[in-house]
Amino acid sequence: MTPSRAAFAAILAKDLRSELRTLQSLPAMALFSVTTFVIFRFGLDRTSLSGSLAAGVLWATLLFAAVLGINRLFVAEREEGGFDAIRLAPIDRSVLFGAKVAALLVYLLALELVAVPIFAIFFLDDAAGLGPLVAVLLLADLGLAATGTLISSMAVNSRARDLLVPLVLLPLIVPLMIAATGATEPLLALGGPSYHRFGTWLMVLGLYDLIFGLVGYAVFDFLLED
Amino acid sequence: MYGKGLKPLSIATVAMLAVSLSLVFFYAPLDADQGFIQKIFYVHVPLAIVALVGFIIGGIFAIAHLRTNNRKWDAYSYVSIHISVIFGVAVLITGAIWAKASWGHWWVWDEPTLVSFLIVFLLYATYYPFRYAIEDRDRQARYASVFAVTAGAFVPLNFMAVRMAQSLVHPRTFATAEGGMPGEMMLAFLCMLVAIGLLCTTLVKFELTAKSASGQVKRLRRALDAPVAGGSSRIAPEVS
Amino acid sequence: MLELAALLPLAAPALPLDEAGKYVAGAYVVFMVLLVVYVGIMAAKLGRIERELREVAAIAEERKGEREEVRA
Repeated sequence: MTPSRAAFAAILAKDLRSELRTLQSLPAMALFSVTTFVIFRFGLDRTSLSGSLAAGVLWATLLFAAVLGINRLFVAEREEGGFDAIRLAPIDRSVLFGAKVAALLVYLLALELVAVPIFAIFFLDDAAGLGPLVAVLLLADLGLAATGTLISSMAVNSRARDLLVPLVLLPLIVPLMIAATGATEPLLALGGPSYHRFGTWLMVLGLYDLIFGLVGYAVFDFLLED
Repeated sequence: MYGKGLKPLSIATVAMLAVSLSLVFFYAPLDADQGFIQKIFYVHVPLAIVALVGFIIGGIFAIAHLRTNNRKWDAYSYVSIHISVIFGVAVLITGAIWAKASWGHWWVWDEPTLVSFLIVFLLYATYYPFRYAIEDRDRQARYASVFAVTAGAFVPLNFMAVRMAQSLVHPRTFATAEGGMPGEMMLAFLCMLVAIGLLCTTLVKFELTAKSASGQVKRLRRALDAPVAGGSSRIAPEVS
Repeated sequence: MLELAALLPLAAPALPLDEAGKYVAGAYVVFMVLLVVYVGIMAAKLGRIERELREVAAIAEERKGEREEVRA
């Protein structure tokens, strides 16, 4: 195993282990999602959702829950000198970016494992659209993880840390949301799932993932300079 | 020497603006559908194009800053983005006026280009609180460059995504009864585009010159061991 | 048939010239106002630079005076 790959695995394992042990982010994100669903139920005065309304509620909730996790992503590095450790190690610094993206991706998938079934139980009449939804979730999570990691790594060294992440992240995530809801809306339609422009939206998601993954990977080195 | 060439540039800008505005109001024909309202398009669209180009150029300057570590590129990037944000305000307001005149509402979600521009504008508006939140000047400049690069990559992606989200029921055309844009309109538009582009360049140079002058005064003060005047900005990069 | 074809492309009909004129004028006025506001801000900056230069020139002349006194 090359040193980079070893470092990647080590950082990812450390993050996941730490989260499992302390359970700081995941329960909060999950709980937040479920409570937000309840708020939407009353805010929209609906007990069942379909089509664009369902897609909107689901993705808005997932996004805001994700911000909770993104805020905390680099806190350990900052407080325990993780950034210095990476700077001193003889490996490509972008490995930290890759590992953090992977960790955030795992958190998001874990969140969705809880939030999406509950969403279906609360609001959906028919769960047939959930299968293909997995593809949308995966691609969107990847993009969210890439952009979230990039912004989080910059915000962690600033003053208004918790404010900065949602402020800067939200406009950046709009194209992702457009594509994700565009693909989800026909899946959750009233008469059963349809695949109107499904392939196109998945391609847009993939393009977003590619662009922001590459940008993040390319600039991360500069973020770690002292 | 930032002020060099500023005078001929300003003269060229004024001349071009005068010529273009004359073309717009005295030469270009009236649009068949929108009538006189369409004349707004001659100021709104060039401003939008120039603002977007300014954002992307800000990103290119940011790349130069990251590679060379020379602070002057950070200043160029900052000023480019700054002027583009101001142009952006003009784009959104003129866009709203156009929407009100054409469709009766101050804002319409049906216009994909206007909506995309709003999102881009909102992103770049966060550039200032973002810079403000990072205290260390070196780090601030570096992170701001990363922001500018990321945001620059975001612009084309955003336009594509928003356009795709539109239903295909509202095609927008500028044309006389024959269909397609006639040569006179195109000429007026292109001249306005060049004029606004020159205006942007002039303003960027103007602001850089002012910053440079401020920087020289600070330099003088330091050479004379004179007390430095308080109240320097926490975010605007210095030029010396 | 031709009228239907003409109705297809766009939503609202053209406004009469006097109303339309106000909107177009408004748009161009917004453009000019923003430009002039920017010039105003830069003018204020220039005034501050002039003031500081004045101060620095005074300090430099003072120093020059001191040096000549010392030499004398």
